[in-house]
Amino acid sequence: MRPARILLALLALGAAGAASAAGAGYPLQEANTDVGSLESLQRGARNFVNYCLGCHSAQYMRYSQLADDLALTEDDLRENLMFTGARVYDPMLSSMPGEQARLWFGNAPPDLSLIVRSRGRDYVYTFLKSFYEDPSRPTGADNAVLPQTAMPDVLAGLQGAQAPRYESAPGADGKPVQHLVGLDLVKPGEMSAKEFDAFVRDTVAFLEYVAEPAKAKRKALGVWVVLFLLMFTAFAWFLYKEYWKDVK
Amino acid sequence: MAGREQEAAAPGRLAAFGAWIDERFPMSTLWKEHMSEYPAPKNFNFWYYFGSIALFVLALQIVTGIFLTMSYKPSAADAFSSVEYIMRDVEWGWLIRYLHSTGASAFFIVVYLHMFRALLYGSHRKPRELLWIFGVLIYLALMAEAFMGYLLPWGNMSYWGAQVIVSLFGSFPVIGEGLVEWIRGDYFISDITLNRFFALHVVALPLVLIFLVVAHILALHEVGSNNPDGIEIKKNKGPDGRPLDSVTMHPYYTVKDIFGLGVFMVLFAAVVFFAPEMGGLFLEAANFEPANPLLTPPHIAPVWYFTPYYAMLRAVPAFAGTQVWGVLVMFAAILLLFFVPWLDRSPVKSIRYRGPIYRFALMLFAAAFLMLGYCGLQPAVQPFQAMSVVGTVIYFAFFLLMPWYSRIDSHKPEPARVTS
Repeated sequence: MRPARILLALLALGAAGAASAAGAGYPLQEANTDVGSLESLQRGARNFVNYCLGCHSAQYMRYSQLADDLALTEDDLRENLMFTGARVYDPMLSSMPGEQARLWFGNAPPDLSLIVRSRGRDYVYTFLKSFYEDPSRPTGADNAVLPQTAMPDVLAGLQGAQAPRYESAPGADGKPVQHLVGLDLVKPGEMSAKEFDAFVRDTVAFLEYVAEPAKAKRKALGVWVVLFLLMFTAFAWFLYKEYWKDVK
Repeated sequence: MAGREQEAAAPGRLAAFGAWIDERFPMSTLWKEHMSEYPAPKNFNFWYYFGSIALFVLALQIVTGIFLTMSYKPSAADAFSSVEYIMRDVEWGWLIRYLHSTGASAFFIVVYLHMFRALLYGSHRKPRELLWIFGVLIYLALMAEAFMGYLLPWGNMSYWGAQVIVSLFGSFPVIGEGLVEWIRGDYFISDITLNRFFALHVVALPLVLIFLVVAHILALHEVGSNNPDGIEIKKNKGPDGRPLDSVTMHPYYTVKDIFGLGVFMVLFAAVVFFAPEMGGLFLEAANFEPANPLLTPPHIAPVWYFTPYYAMLRAVPAFAGTQVWGVLVMFAAILLLFFVPWLDRSPVKSIRYRGPIYRFALMLFAAAFLMLGYCGLQPAVQPFQAMSVVGTVIYFAFFLLMPWYSRIDSHKPEPARVTS
């Protein structure tokens, strides 16, 4: 394609993107995670290893750093978190071969190292809670946040089964269009709704930590840096006033 | 007793060493000329902090940049991972990276305020035209530097942002296609493009920037600083030959600028430690996914400091089957800046003594520039397209009509001496 055409296409894309983004507006719920809470992160790490790591890697996250940041010993790691035969300094890689994953799901499960930074924590939180039964899909489930997702509803056992609730509204051409407005629990799972929310929240908190391991540290350190600089600036102010006393 | 003798002798030896150097290198002359005896107007206000802050940010970018280069790998296969390696495995790597990424945005904020100061007080007017031109060249080099640097993390927004900006050059008739290939070094944005942008970003453009900054400061110290009253302090000299309304740069403005720098650093640290992404303005969400030539981000927007010009580009409709008009408008918007010293025909420099027309025009211009910046971040739909058109017209009218409105505008008499 000629460069000028590429430019035209890209500029037009801005308009197209806005239109499609407006269409897929399933409302996101607030994740309310706390990356400062070690307990939440530890539970999240357990959830991630048990429910996500089978298919998804976190290729930029090392087990050893996890142990350092989450106050875990090497034995804790080996007993509770390391099931893939990895060594302590290895990154958290899924043992599912990528090529086969592509054949099984049509899409290799994405790496989750940075998913919270690229999509936002509310997105991940709402996505994990918004699977519903749909027999027409190959996995038997679809997702309200990411329609046509290739991911099966792996948390159905915990959450229970959900059914979609539609509302009819007139579309652009005047004919009624079905909109997905909510999900209803039709078969309870092992957890209550509240327990499941907490489970997903911990998992997202862990992913938020994985996306930026220094996040809690930088905020804690930032308070002292800003305080120091405020003090420095106050002294600089007095020094400035002292020097300028004799300027008329 | 031996200790005391040494103490007494020390300043003498130091002075002797200083003299030894001065015979071979103009150390004290330079220090006196540019610092301890440089006469600076004594009435600088808030707007005069941004020059020294810009110098500080330049130094910060160079130092943090050097440390980033030690761990960054400029190749399409490794670039994205090496940035995450810096964020996770390099000691304090996250801090160095955030200082650099926040520094890029801070640089533009500071430079925009610095340029606005010149428009407020007429700092570009005779005899400071060359000083202003060096400044605009710095701004141009800075834009190139920022653009090349933005490709280096090799995120998906890096990739597609570069794709859009580079293809701008493709809209020129006849030479366009060849020009774009020449810039990329390939038929698409690739490893080769990344490598050359790295070379330009870390070697070529910093050299150009440093050279221009030195020229900017030399030009400033040759003609002397302007001030909020826009009058020449050199017209009123005391018996010692020093301007009556001046203080020496050092210690008066060094100590004042340290205070200004302190305020800046507090704000800067607040962003670095508490909001390094600045809600997606400084670090965009789509850039946390690796570059993917097959997957366009849903909404491509350049980083905020380019968006005023991006909005202008999109405000101009394709005409006669080509987008080149928007590109020309965008380049013209920047080139116009070079001519401001000659477009302004007011008999006074400072906004303090100008009439209502210039005051209104400048405020309208600032508002239009901010509005364009906002529109450039939005998708290309209404009402943002209409707002971009209005903003573009105001931007150009501000400069192109300046020879007329600045001349017919009323003005108050300038004072003979600076006011506080």
